[in-house]
Amino acid sequence: MNIFFHFGQYYILMKRAFGKPEKRAIYRQRIFEEMNSLGIGSLGIVAIISVFMGAVITIQTAFNFESPLIPQYAVGVAVRDSMILEFSPAIVSLILAGKIGSSIASEIGTMRVTEQIDALEIMGINSAGYLILPKIIASVLFNPILIIFSMFLGILGGYVFGLMAGVVTDFDYILGITYEFRPFNVIYALIKTAVFAFLIASVPAYHGYYTKGGALEVGRSSTKGVVYTSVLILTFDLILTQVLLV
Amino acid sequence: MIIGESGSGKTTLLKCMVGLNEVDSGEVLFNGRNFYELDFKGKKEIRKEIGMLFQGGALFDSKNVEENVVFPLSMFTDMTETEKRDRANFCLQRVNLPNANNLYPSELSGGMKKRVAIARAIAVQPKYLFCDEPNSGLDPKTSIVIDNLIKEITDEYVITTVVITHDMNSVIEIGDNIMFIYKGDNWWQGSKQEILKTDNQEVCDFVYATKFMKDLKTKF
Repeated sequence: MNIFFHFGQYYILMKRAFGKPEKRAIYRQRIFEEMNSLGIGSLGIVAIISVFMGAVITIQTAFNFESPLIPQYAVGVAVRDSMILEFSPAIVSLILAGKIGSSIASEIGTMRVTEQIDALEIMGINSAGYLILPKIIASVLFNPILIIFSMFLGILGGYVFGLMAGVVTDFDYILGITYEFRPFNVIYALIKTAVFAFLIASVPAYHGYYTKGGALEVGRSSTKGVVYTSVLILTFDLILTQVLLV
Repeated sequence: MIIGESGSGKTTLLKCMVGLNEVDSGEVLFNGRNFYELDFKGKKEIRKEIGMLFQGGALFDSKNVEENVVFPLSMFTDMTETEKRDRANFCLQRVNLPNANNLYPSELSGGMKKRVAIARAIAVQPKYLFCDEPNSGLDPKTSIVIDNLIKEITDEYVITTVVITHDMNSVIEIGDNIMFIYKGDNWWQGSKQEILKTDNQEVCDFVYATKFMKDLKTKF
């Protein structure tokens, strides 16, 4: 029954969040602020993770493709498809769920327990819309950019570290990453990313918004937000893969 | 003024009055308009007439003092940036905080936070001001400053002010009509002169709980 309660409450909150904004200009400004804080602020961690993921996939794949029947360029194909189909959209989204999700839940949770949300309501402001909608829009718009950036850096990382480790040649890697490239894979990855971005912003926001108590509960909301978002990302990863690829 | 022991339901009552808590029964009338019978738009209109001073100030951490005061003006008026800044400066000067525009809430003392919160509340010229324990966490001297400020603003802007407190000094300093809440009920109502003379046992236990008040009673 608990799950139905949370689903209902989440639905009501989202309905409020997508209500008519009091002043569009303020919301627009908030979207840019959130893009800066949630998106630009995540570039560093996304870059580091992507480069190392690409490098590790390249070396591991080359290590496992020892058979002479498998062409060398298969390493490039594996790195490209792994990064585009799964690692960039799903794994980076999981990392962002941890980084952005905890930040959103604790920010909104702290605003709740320090009565800042009540202050917004008293002023006649739709607090759900003012606080949550810009975060959702910023995430849905900016996360795909982060993921494209991650794909590029992952494949580049694989190339650089593959060459440095001597597990793949320059020619084979370039051939591999261009071999039978399907543009739809990128579209599929971006669709997944947009759905995950919605979850990353909205689920922790939900947990933060309904925080009751003090600092301890803010911490708990933050943890819950990250855990539920991660589980939902994995669940939707499976569902979307079934729907879009199979 | 609404007074009563901790846990008696003062803040719950205040939250019901401003629409932050849903009520099970009864009505909250703002100039004849029952808040809980109004639609979303009607409630929003009433909320624009309300200013509230929260116990902890409830200033927005991400905004500096000036931005906190300007915020309601940005949301609900078509003022230009200069007009908003002028209004914010006027309100900050009114609460005796003229040089704090660029400070963030984390850099303010408890008394300063309360004063910024008052400035934010009066920025949109409310008709009703609700104060939830304005003196909590303040030293006696700053408490008097805040009390006097609330009293002055109430008289100057001709607004209805509801103050929740358990500080008897505030009651004596600025109280006009006093309501004593006991175990969630409206137990006693009267003026500040009457509260000092009442023989209601629960009210007396509350009013004369401190040695100072007991001595005052004996003296007079």
